Amino acid sequence: MAALIDLAAVFKIYDMGAEQVHALNGIDLRIESGEYVAIMGASGSGKSTLMNLLGCLDTPTSGSYRLNGTAVEELDDSQLAGIRNREIGFVFQTFNLLPRTDALHNVELPLIYAGLPRRERRERARRALQRVGLGDRLHHNPNELSGGQRQRVAIARALVNDPSLLLADEPTGNLDSATSIEIMELFDQLHAAGNTVVVVTHELDIAGYAWRRVSLRDGKVLSDTPTERAAPAAREAPGPTG
Amino acid sequence: MVVLESLRIALAALRANGMRSLLTTLGIVIGVAAVVAVVSVVQGLQHLASDVFEGVGAAFVHVEVNQDRQRGPGLIAKQVKLTAEDAQAVREQVSGIRYFTRIAAGSAQVKYGERRHQPESVMGVDEAYQEVMNHAVDRGRFLSRLDLENHRKVAVIGPKVADKLKLGRQPLGKEIYVGNLPVTVIGVMEAKGEALGTDLDDRVFLPFGTAQELFGRAATDRVELDLQAVAPAQVDAVRDAIRRLLRHRHQLPAGRPDDFRVIVQDELLKQITGFLSGVTAVVGGVVAIALLVGGIGIMNVMLVSVTERTREIGVRKAVGARRRDILLQFLIEAVALALAGGIAGLALGYGLGVLVVAVVPAHLPPAHVPLWAVGLSCGFSAAVGIFFGIYPAGKAARLDPIEALRFE
Repeated sequence: MAALIDLAAVFKIYDMGAEQVHALNGIDLRIESGEYVAIMGASGSGKSTLMNLLGCLDTPTSGSYRLNGTAVEELDDSQLAGIRNREIGFVFQTFNLLPRTDALHNVELPLIYAGLPRRERRERARRALQRVGLGDRLHHNPNELSGGQRQRVAIARALVNDPSLLLADEPTGNLDSATSIEIMELFDQLHAAGNTVVVVTHELDIAGYAWRRVSLRDGKVLSDTPTERAAPAAREAPGPTG
Repeated sequence: MVVLESLRIALAALRANGMRSLLTTLGIVIGVAAVVAVVSVVQGLQHLASDVFEGVGAAFVHVEVNQDRQRGPGLIAKQVKLTAEDAQAVREQVSGIRYFTRIAAGSAQVKYGERRHQPESVMGVDEAYQEVMNHAVDRGRFLSRLDLENHRKVAVIGPKVADKLKLGRQPLGKEIYVGNLPVTVIGVMEAKGEALGTDLDDRVFLPFGTAQELFGRAATDRVELDLQAVAPAQVDAVRDAIRRLLRHRHQLPAGRPDDFRVIVQDELLKQITGFLSGVTAVVGGVVAIALLVGGIGIMNVMLVSVTERTREIGVRKAVGARRRDILLQFLIEAVALALAGGIAGLALGYGLGVLVVAVVPAHLPPAHVPLWAVGLSCGFSAAVGIFFGIYPAGKAARLDPIEALRFE
């Protein structure tokens, strides 16, 4: 069975006038469906670039990226938007909710671009919010919610279209430690329910929630190891190649 | 789906920035209001003008004293006259005239029993008046040649006069007083309504000689002539002949301007349409400038809005919005902004039109905004929104989602 994510010899090179910046310098990475992976690295290691590629916000300069069987590097702008809509659920450090827009409508957003009828959108958005424990906050605007609640709304938004990949970029970067634990426990539950989770972070304790840790340095994979959380069942699964 | 969503977002954004939206659309509000106000009044004027002039036809010629020439040099300005003798000369010596009437207009009270009424004018005319003015009698008959020759004490009255004096169902044959002159009503004109501020139905017609006796010689020294040439093609020749004759009779040396005016239908229409097209041109200019200013305002505020909402655009793109979804969203917002201005302008313009009609003393018809003006205003506003909204919307659509999400 093909991996959910299959990066092969991926380079990302930015032309900064005179010099070229090799943000990604030959990455090979496979992630299976149902894995929980932390991508770590100092700033400048290329982890943000990798996240943008994984999230189909950008395409590699060379190399191939297959997401759920689709060759992402061959897609045009509007096809990229489509694959983001169907396959990816983003969770950002700064939540990125629409202001003056209630939780329900924020969560509905991906379904609007998926072209779902209003009734179905509402229903699915409501269920997603219930799933993250905000069933009683449907009509609160972001400025009426706490940081943790806002991130829960963002997670509901990421979940609402049943994506094949939950992609979180420093999801606890703007939260206090107690709330951070709540949010990471939520990711644990989602992983246990079968979701594929990739968390990009520079914090070790956050990365410790994952079952597999990929460390980057200078645009290359430095190490790729199971964490102490990895259950025997996970160790028996097809291991990472690369 | 995305259209509805965009509309919802646009209206929310308009509400959220109420004052900004209002100021932005002011140009469009003013532009549309100007058009609608002028259209609502000009429509009425045009209607009036065509009413008046279609009635008399293309062969119509009018001669009157030139009031401007009375303020001549010298201590005692010479009283300019157009006498009954001048009129007689025109009638006898100018060829190409089909129908001809002198008009000696004055004012006098009319009385029937105890009922009194002040008609807008009492006119001494010739028997051809109704042919010249294309104005027929409704009941009875018009003045005849015999009435004229014998200075008979008879009158033909407008329907409003008959009404005011309460002459009843049988006005014909009743004796009324015009001033202190007892006359017999022999006819009632058909109703014509109002035109250019005068009530055509509020008139009394007497035989020319009878009016002369009523008003005295002085009043009839300044008569007007109305006539119909045998054909519209003859009008210029008739006008030139009248000018030559009257200049000769008034002993005007070469170089002195006419002390009378010969107005032909053609010129009247030219004057009116010239005036109206002048107004239209000025308004058109104002509107073009206002719409331009309004459009630039919309472009400006939309550029600000795109910058303010860079992150929102990034989020939308991250969750699956395509370029055209974003383009559509901001385009719809620009059009909604412009349309809101257009609708406000419509309301304001209609209000101004009503105000003008109420304030101006002339008998203007009620302000009326035709449906095409409503459509045109909305269409133009929307077009301005699209034209000036496309650049900011395109800018939003082309934003790189990564950059947009990073934007502080």
